[in-house]
Amino acid sequence: MSLTLLNVIVAVVIAIAFAAANAAYLVWAERRGAARIQRRPGPNINGPFGLLQPPLDGIKLMTKQLMIPGGADKILFMVAPVLAMAPAIMSFVTIPFSQGIAAHNMEIGVLMIFAFASMGAMATLFAGWGSRNKYAVMASVRAVSQNVSYEIPMLITAITVVMATGSMDLKTISLAQAGGFWHWNIFPSLHSPLMPISFIIFFICSLAETNRAPFDLGEAESELVAGFHTEYGSMGFGLFFMGEYANIVVGASLTTILFLGGWDCPFGIFPGVWWFLLKIYILIATFIWIRWTFPRTTIYGLLNLSWKILIPISLFNLLLTAGLLKVF
Amino acid sequence: MGGYFSEIFYGSKSLLIGMGITFREFFKPTVTVQYPYQTIKMSAKFRGHTELIADEEGKPKCGVCGLCERACPSSCITLGSISVDIEVDGKVKKKKVLSKYELDFTKCSLCGQCVENCSFGALEFSKEYNLASTRKEDFHFNLLKRLEERNA
Amino acid sequence: MSAPIQLRPDETFILNVGPQHPATHGVLRVKMEMDGEYIVKSETVLGYIHRMHEKMGENRTYAQYLPNLSRLDYLGALGYTHGHVLAIERAAGIEVPERAEYIRAITVELNRVASHLFWFGAFVMDLGGFSPLMYAIQDREHILDMLEAVTGARLTYCYYRFGGLYNDVDDDFIEAARRFIPRMRKSLKKYAALVTGNIIFQKRLEGIAPVSAEMCRKYGATGPVARGSGINFDVRKNEPYSVYPEFDFDIPVYHECDSMARYKVRMDEMEQSLRIIEQGLEKLPAGPIMAEKKPKNIKLPVGDFYQAVETARGSFGIRIVSDGDKNAYRLKLRSPTYSNMHLFDEACEGMLIMDALAFMGSLDLVIPEMDR
Repeated sequence: MSLTLLNVIVAVVIAIAFAAANAAYLVWAERRGAARIQRRPGPNINGPFGLLQPPLDGIKLMTKQLMIPGGADKILFMVAPVLAMAPAIMSFVTIPFSQGIAAHNMEIGVLMIFAFASMGAMATLFAGWGSRNKYAVMASVRAVSQNVSYEIPMLITAITVVMATGSMDLKTISLAQAGGFWHWNIFPSLHSPLMPISFIIFFICSLAETNRAPFDLGEAESELVAGFHTEYGSMGFGLFFMGEYANIVVGASLTTILFLGGWDCPFGIFPGVWWFLLKIYILIATFIWIRWTFPRTTIYGLLNLSWKILIPISLFNLLLTAGLLKVF
Repeated sequence: MGGYFSEIFYGSKSLLIGMGITFREFFKPTVTVQYPYQTIKMSAKFRGHTELIADEEGKPKCGVCGLCERACPSSCITLGSISVDIEVDGKVKKKKVLSKYELDFTKCSLCGQCVENCSFGALEFSKEYNLASTRKEDFHFNLLKRLEERNA
Repeated sequence: MSAPIQLRPDETFILNVGPQHPATHGVLRVKMEMDGEYIVKSETVLGYIHRMHEKMGENRTYAQYLPNLSRLDYLGALGYTHGHVLAIERAAGIEVPERAEYIRAITVELNRVASHLFWFGAFVMDLGGFSPLMYAIQDREHILDMLEAVTGARLTYCYYRFGGLYNDVDDDFIEAARRFIPRMRKSLKKYAALVTGNIIFQKRLEGIAPVSAEMCRKYGATGPVARGSGINFDVRKNEPYSVYPEFDFDIPVYHECDSMARYKVRMDEMEQSLRIIEQGLEKLPAGPIMAEKKPKNIKLPVGDFYQAVETARGSFGIRIVSDGDKNAYRLKLRSPTYSNMHLFDEACEGMLIMDALAFMGSLDLVIPEMDR
């Protein structure tokens, strides 16, 4: 028992380190990537290729004074940034990076990740409400309605995958797809012919869940100044920022496990953790690529997309999969 | 119903076209100039702040007529003169010589009225653009002194 | 516990958009009475960068007033200086050489393309897309380089003089302008594919913020805003000035009245400006660039003079009341965005805030020009 606990603690420390390092260097990657798309070099002064930029930014954010605006709800204001970062790190505990690399495998891994993902909306709501700023309140209301409406198609698609594999265990789901890319869930099979569409729906939903452009209504800077974190400075802002990127990593990992075969190698050579990392970073690169291509959607466009397109199609897919599972 | 699916189809297609464009841009070379490390040469007609033009002896061509001072819309030019005795054809004559030419560059709008109105052709635009300071006084240029420094 | 945000009796609240807000692109303040995300009433508050340009025009001589005109609209400055020199030349009876007028038309149109390009980028950025701004700035940079080589400045030009120009264009400029036209046409195709065709962009603009032709007439809106509402009015065609009658170009007019129509008008105008530049470069006559007979100190005869020109933002008018002195007795600047902005309060009632700010972007506001 104590050994398991020690295992979990070590794993959590590693998960925190992994999440923090990813969050810091994804900011760098995003800035470099965006700069390349816009034909400029991006951060390139501090260190080779600007690689020292994230730690320096971190130092700058940490040394700034922590300001709490007058009239703000102190408790909510302080809790919100922590709440933005913590669930993302918690989710790492159950993500299997490879056959043997998982902090704590659970039978209900999918459920746990979704449970933690829903807490992200609470952080946004607390931040907006607690900072007593009209822009922040409007932004957080938007972000919450967005998260609620996108969790539905996301869960329905996840259920489709769970039904097809017959397990909620992330490791089992990965292992069920082993043996080359044609076994992956993204490719249509006898039981679930509409899986490519499910993958796209899941991908769109993970964009919306992480408040990324084109669904970044919660921090629409040209309308709501900086959205729900308008009043945050110093490390409070830093935690929101890191939480966003940590959430992206979680989203990409979940997409990889549910649809892209986890750590499975597409050609059956050198299976291992590197395939998993390669897949999640390709997905993250697509996240960045999308952000720097499209304008932002409207709030009603966003809700229409969810309720009129994503939910009907994913429900249809769920019914189809259920029916086919019964027949065959 | 047909409209519903065709909208999804054309919508997704337009998104993919957009992503294709940014993908191509990603591999194109950068176009920016890394300013403090690289600089560009200003074009021949670039208008920086004004400078005095020297004659063959290195003295300013200016005859202190004051036209530039009067033409300036923002009155940012202050002239000063002293009269000196010079010998022309054996006779001693009094001549006004420029003793002070101050340009308050904080007010100057680079319109070029002073250069155009100069009846001696004694003013030109410099190619100076690396101007930055935290103090206002740094932009009160003494053009006469600058001319001497250039001569030296 | 925090005090709740104070609600008014009807549960609306006041949102101050500006004077420092990313969407207002300058120091404009809009006081909005909000019901959730919906605007109940809005009130525009102007005057944050009022610099008394009209009063300055009454104190300075006509020549000294030249640099002021380019400080009105820093994105399309040449159009405004063009209006000023045209007004003075007509009033004083100065004959301008043909070459000078052609160069004026070419540079004004280049400036118009530059202005529309920047508007395009900033507008898409208002909608949340950042990369198109960078592409637009790249193209605009070519224009600024060309104009810098001729006028000596990149933004606040003081290039036109009464009776001609400050200096002549050289072959390098003509060559650069010729090279620029096909490159710009290629870029316009790229923008059409990247932005105009994008479904998110279309959904955000189509049918949003309708401004009827009647409303345009009521508030005196001109330029692309009026042409997007189906009013075929362009000073270059309706009250021709300079050498514009020599050119063959169309006035794009759209009848949809929405933000998309205003967007399309400007995108089409860039193409038409390129056509004018192309023809201008072809027809550019040789000759002097400065009038031979020109008084040194310009004094206008006693009277009342008005000149309208089509700038990138609409019809800009300058009215000079002269008492025969070397400066104006009264000088009035009719700036197009000042009229265009006043549409906003009436048109945005009942709109969502994000649509209203997209609508504000589609009006192409330049605040220093509005406040003067």
